[in-house]
Amino acid sequence: MLRVAVQKRRGSFELDARFEMPTPGVVALFGRSGCGKSTLVEIIAGLLEADSGLVQLDDEVLLDTRRRLDVPPERRRIGYVFQDARLFPHLNVESNLRYAQKRAVGASFVSFESTIDLLGLAPLLARRTHQLSGGERQRVAIARALLTQPRLLLLDEPLASLDAAKSAELLPYLESLRDRLAIPMVYVSHDFEEVLRLATHIVLIERGLVVAQGGIGEMNLRQELRAIIGADAVGAIVDGQVLGIDAAGLTRVRVGFGELRLRAPGAAIGATLRIQILARDVIVASQAPQNLSVRNVLEATVGAVTDDDDEADLISLDIGATPILARITKAATRELSLRPGMPAWALIKAVSLRGRSFTSPAFPDA
Amino acid sequence: MNWLSPGESEALQLSLIVATRGVLAALPFAVLLAWMLSRHRFVGSIVLDALVHLPLVLPPVVTGYLLLLTFGTRGAIGGWLDRTLDIRLIFTRNGAALATAVMTFPFMVRAMRLSLENVDRGLEDAARTLGAGPLDRFATVTLPLMLPGILAGVITAFSAGLGEFGAVITFVSNIPGETRTLPLALYTALQSPGGDAAAARLAGMSLTLGVCGLVLAEWLGRRTRRMLGR
Repeated sequence: MLRVAVQKRRGSFELDARFEMPTPGVVALFGRSGCGKSTLVEIIAGLLEADSGLVQLDDEVLLDTRRRLDVPPERRRIGYVFQDARLFPHLNVESNLRYAQKRAVGASFVSFESTIDLLGLAPLLARRTHQLSGGERQRVAIARALLTQPRLLLLDEPLASLDAAKSAELLPYLESLRDRLAIPMVYVSHDFEEVLRLATHIVLIERGLVVAQGGIGEMNLRQELRAIIGADAVGAIVDGQVLGIDAAGLTRVRVGFGELRLRAPGAAIGATLRIQILARDVIVASQAPQNLSVRNVLEATVGAVTDDDDEADLISLDIGATPILARITKAATRELSLRPGMPAWALIKAVSLRGRSFTSPAFPDA
Repeated sequence: MNWLSPGESEALQLSLIVATRGVLAALPFAVLLAWMLSRHRFVGSIVLDALVHLPLVLPPVVTGYLLLLTFGTRGAIGGWLDRTLDIRLIFTRNGAALATAVMTFPFMVRAMRLSLENVDRGLEDAARTLGAGPLDRFATVTLPLMLPGILAGVITAFSAGLGEFGAVITFVSNIPGETRTLPLALYTALQSPGGDAAAARLAGMSLTLGVCGLVLAEWLGRRTRRMLGR
């Protein structure tokens, strides 16, 4: 368990953040630029002094201002991947990595060789750091942080300085980090796509305050998140098990009581697939539909009906797993007279679904 | 070097020895002061800064005179050194080295401070998160990154030290074979009848050494900067 409750004033800006996350797991600190995410990770790392507060990792207290306890960053055993990589320019790639390895203390869970393998660094070892591309620099920085054998890894927008192609290249490395090493991570981002791919938990920060926090499935239903990502990106995140491939080549995935079909090439049978179902892509029927081109029809029970904006309602549909959301016009709500508790059918086009493999480490769903 | 008279080559050797000793003795203090002045705000830092730069604005004779007062055999430090350690600085080449060190100290501190201010503090933070304590960080990150400044400072100080005149002659006098360095030999030659040719040779030598020093400083500076990927 990582527990953070800190206060910090910087000029007119005030950070007052509290959150908890189970370990291992990946918590995303999500919010607009300048909301205090980076300040918060600097305090967790110990690089920035908090005015008051507590930082506790499992049973070790790293900061407790009331007890005047403040473990210096060099002894916190927290890995930090900076937005700008911060590789040592006077050392080559291998020496940068050895620098961390030599100073590692405590039980080691990654070896030099496995880290190089995990991040694909073998061809880069002899290079000078200024000869690396942005993506390569970040991979080296991640490997360097890992080689200190950290108990927690902080990643401060590691993709922010990269263009779209480069960050798409780096994301799979981060995913394998999450899946192959059970190391807790705090991932700072203002990009919801990244968060969807990597996080198990979201801490939503706005103007220095934590406005919402929770598991990624439940967080998708929160209004606070919608305010940041916009109505079009609102949707549910459901994790399902791959059952097989149907005759048409679509992957069959068990989700709650029902089954979804979508295109997910390469997904292995039995694997966990994280599927984003956007609220605007979901059609609601009050009777069992027939003769439709839609591949995916899920039986559901209407949960909450909430006001989304002037035109539309957000209908929460219980499908036996994480609820999914449908954004429909107010007129439609009236015509179907949708009310909590009544049966309904959710219709989703297979082409609108995207599944991503997600093998999350064992963690309790908070 | 048979185109130089024995006295002249002696002066050249002496200049090299004095400048080398002066620079080596001043180096650790210069690094420490550069670090203190650029990284810490403390009470008296302005006074310390002024003190370091004082030799730049003071007439060298005054610096030599002040050295005489403090490091002479009856001075506070000089007397103590003489009594307890049997070290005498006045009228010796080590005394000349001290005068050179004091005079060239501002060059070293300046160059080092400048390069230290260019060292990205973020890299030191990165070293911290990798488990490096304060001394470790300084030795493995800060020092290598300020290397261009250290080299530039050392070479400039050395080149300037070869020709230090006023403070040296005031503090340790003009003793052939002990404190008569290049500029002092040049001065002596100018004072003696028929010394024009010797003076010209010594001046030419000083000029050559000075130019070599500046070129070397620039070349090394570029090389180390390239090494650091800047």
